[in-house]
Amino acid sequence: MLQTIGVKAVDELFVDVPRSAVLEGPVDLPPHAGEMAVERALSEMAAQNMAAGTVPFFVGAGAYRHHVPAAVDHLIQRSEFLTAYTPYQPEVSQGTLQVLFEFQTQVAMLTGMEVANASMYDGATACAEAVLMANRVTRRRRSVLSGGLHPQYRSVVETQSKFLDGNNVACDPDASGVEDLVPLIDEDTACVVVQNPTFFGHLHDLRPLAEACHKKGALLVVAVGETVSLGAVTPPGAMGADIVVAEGQSLGNALNFGGPYLGLFAAREIFVRQMPGRLCGETVDLEGRRGFVLTLSTREQHIRREKATSNICTNSGLCSLAFTIHLSLLGEEGFRQLAALNHAQACAAATRLAAVPGVTVLNKTFFNEFTVRLPKPAADVVDTLAERGVLAGVPVSRLLPNAGLDDLLLVAATETTSDEDIAALGTALEEMLS
Amino acid sequence: MSARSKAHSAVRDVPQVDASTITTHSGHRGLQMLEPLIFEMGSSGRTGVDFPPVPKFESKLGGLGRQGAIGLPALSEPQVVRHYVRVSQKNFAIDSGLYPLGSCTMKHNPRLNEKVARLPGLSDIHPLQPQSTVQGALEVIDTLAHWLTTLTGLPAVAMSPAAGAHGELTGMMTIRTAHEARGDARKRILVPDSAHGTNPATAVLCGYAVDPVPSLPNGRIDLEALKAKLDDDVAGIMLTNPNTCGLFENQIIEVAEAIHAVGAYFYCDGANFNAIVGKVRPGDLGIDIMHLNLHKTFSTPHGGGGPGSGPVVMSAELAPFAPLPYIVKGPDGLRLIETEADQAAAGDGGQSYGRMRSFHGQMGMFVRALAYMMSHGSDGLLQVAEDAVLNANYVLARLKDVMSPAYPGPCMHEALFDDSFLKDTGVTTLDFAKAMIDEGFHPMTVYFPLIVHGAMLTEPTESESKESMDVFIVTLRALAGDAKAGDAARFTGAPYLAPLRRLDETRAARSPRLRWTPEAPAGANE
Repeated sequence: MLQTIGVKAVDELFVDVPRSAVLEGPVDLPPHAGEMAVERALSEMAAQNMAAGTVPFFVGAGAYRHHVPAAVDHLIQRSEFLTAYTPYQPEVSQGTLQVLFEFQTQVAMLTGMEVANASMYDGATACAEAVLMANRVTRRRRSVLSGGLHPQYRSVVETQSKFLDGNNVACDPDASGVEDLVPLIDEDTACVVVQNPTFFGHLHDLRPLAEACHKKGALLVVAVGETVSLGAVTPPGAMGADIVVAEGQSLGNALNFGGPYLGLFAAREIFVRQMPGRLCGETVDLEGRRGFVLTLSTREQHIRREKATSNICTNSGLCSLAFTIHLSLLGEEGFRQLAALNHAQACAAATRLAAVPGVTVLNKTFFNEFTVRLPKPAADVVDTLAERGVLAGVPVSRLLPNAGLDDLLLVAATETTSDEDIAALGTALEEMLS
Repeated sequence: MSARSKAHSAVRDVPQVDASTITTHSGHRGLQMLEPLIFEMGSSGRTGVDFPPVPKFESKLGGLGRQGAIGLPALSEPQVVRHYVRVSQKNFAIDSGLYPLGSCTMKHNPRLNEKVARLPGLSDIHPLQPQSTVQGALEVIDTLAHWLTTLTGLPAVAMSPAAGAHGELTGMMTIRTAHEARGDARKRILVPDSAHGTNPATAVLCGYAVDPVPSLPNGRIDLEALKAKLDDDVAGIMLTNPNTCGLFENQIIEVAEAIHAVGAYFYCDGANFNAIVGKVRPGDLGIDIMHLNLHKTFSTPHGGGGPGSGPVVMSAELAPFAPLPYIVKGPDGLRLIETEADQAAAGDGGQSYGRMRSFHGQMGMFVRALAYMMSHGSDGLLQVAEDAVLNANYVLARLKDVMSPAYPGPCMHEALFDDSFLKDTGVTTLDFAKAMIDEGFHPMTVYFPLIVHGAMLTEPTESESKESMDVFIVTLRALAGDAKAGDAARFTGAPYLAPLRRLDETRAARSPRLRWTPEAPAGANE
């Protein structure tokens, strides 16, 4: 090959690299290693972690442990899905494109919206993109962020708008679920961002808020932190939402220590040309056969460059494939049953914890996660219970330090939570608090 | 006549039929299955899962229970499995053939990486578990960070960005925060005209104005034009190196010096780091901050469009302004700094501008990338770069007499052609690309970079053997010959042999149909 190219050594091909910068030898890192050695090294790191499936587990706050059917992981590892890229050449990418079209349809159905995109990075980045989109649609800059919004979603919204003259009105954390946002909406308001169920687990009828937003020309953005809730709860689209974003991890995707996940992004159809991210659309080929293509790309960075609606390029393709296959396996009845099981186990957990002396459940309403007040700092309780092999939940102070909420604990239950797990949590908490 | 010869004569008696004229009754064509959308597969009362019955409980939904059907289909597991297997078969993939999509780096994805990413101790852990229960996970992130900083010669790294473009945003926000911390409000970012579209889009998201810098006829940035634009209103430059023409910016040290002379920062788009990994450290070139695409250089799977992962390495000067979270070493092991309050308590002088996403980063991609790096080691990663460059130059050398290289060699990891070899043939770059599909190859990246007319950006990667490249080269030489010989029909109607012929993108955009609806069955949306 060198002869064909006309050089004597590979080094001659790096002739444009300044000589002073070329490394003399390999960098100071270990040399190559065989499959066995690499697997052993990573297995040793894995062994230092407490896997959720090995203990009673109640951790949520934006990422949830669900059972993913075996067929999902098998199918997403098919070479044709795993090792393809963004479908730039639709004639040889109909597999990915058809899945995206199915995904968009599923997301629209679940959220009760008209259109959805092909996914964002995660729920929080989708939320930030929704605020930017609301600014474009309304040509306003003021956003009201509910105190029920996940603190990390709020942080990401604030980061994204930081250098764009965004004016975010962030409400205090609303642990008891009583805030009224209507008085905060004015003629300059681009959007109101709420989460349902809230970060603290409360459910709200959003119709009055939607009406108040629309009266002032503002958009209602609804974030959903737990997609499975949409199998049991009235979807945001049926309550007047203009943009719905969600964390889609719950379907098809393992906890994975926080990523990769997938953001769902749905909106009313009239806003479609202001949407961020990739969109897959239906069309026909030369012979009139149905096919799918990436479309409305004049919104996107590779065409519009500095005038694009977002800088997003890659999204969460494989995660959205897992989402779509999982939801297809569940089907209408399975998805509703999954949601009902989640709600049932959370109700059982709440009943059990309410019976622990000194513990108060703050929620009147919830789906699969609720907030309890403890007589001690929740972080200490969680650490102590972890030593005893129970992962009791998320101390609110981990995400909201210095907010005076140190005694609050978020407790999540899903279909993977057994009655024995709930009994173990109740007993451990009783023993610790007595 | 023996039975054997009878059989032979039977074969001889088969009428000669052009296979392309045969229409089938089922709509399938042999192994190529016609597959409906999952919503069109009908039936009710089925499910592909098996749950225990829901126990009796008192609802806490507060009257907000979901009313009416969602509209999801009801199918069994075998139906769903068959559906997605059939759908998958309509994809081209790196595992099925040469996929020379320039700038995207379609290299082999070792399956060990998939296996270790699924170890329950790494996949079945929650980002908000007590940190004492995830020390091994933090060690994975910290170890990967060490490899990345060592390979790039930049001492700090923000691990959380979810993809390359997200890393760009992280980098530019870090730069803006660093300037503002000095009370230095700068307004412009220089971006070469050859840049990825994400670069200008990112700069605008940080509130900057984009000031384009022209390229020289040799495909490199015009240093003199760059210098003429420099003043104390320039916050930084976003330069890809090796650049999008597949060339090393041979004056990069001079670029860095000029940028630094006016107090601006040098952001490098590290999308093409795979060409120099282990060979050159960006920190030694004067680069201040750069994102890495783990799915390119370190071979995490592309997955039909993500997930990516875009860690951002940076200088010590910029590190205090990096986003949350990050990992520090303490007496009790590794610890995450997750919030502004954590940062203040840590007393490390950090002035982070905030958070880019939920949780800590693309852990599943970190595990895969680390497995890839450990497998290759310092010696193997160097070989990755050298083989990628060798392969691209081999393709360039063997095609340069029949196609038209945009620049003379040597190139780095990509061979870039323009469309002048198709002049007066009636064949466009797009036609040429579509004809490659009929030949069993994925097309190269076309019409990018924008500064090259009818660009064809060809990246074989280090994964390809000489044998597979030779087949590719022979095919492209033959196609170039066909075009020049006047066989335009082979191209303008292509592809003929793919699952579908060319798709009507104008129609898709004019009246967007972005979801299935029961009211309007397929093909009825005129």
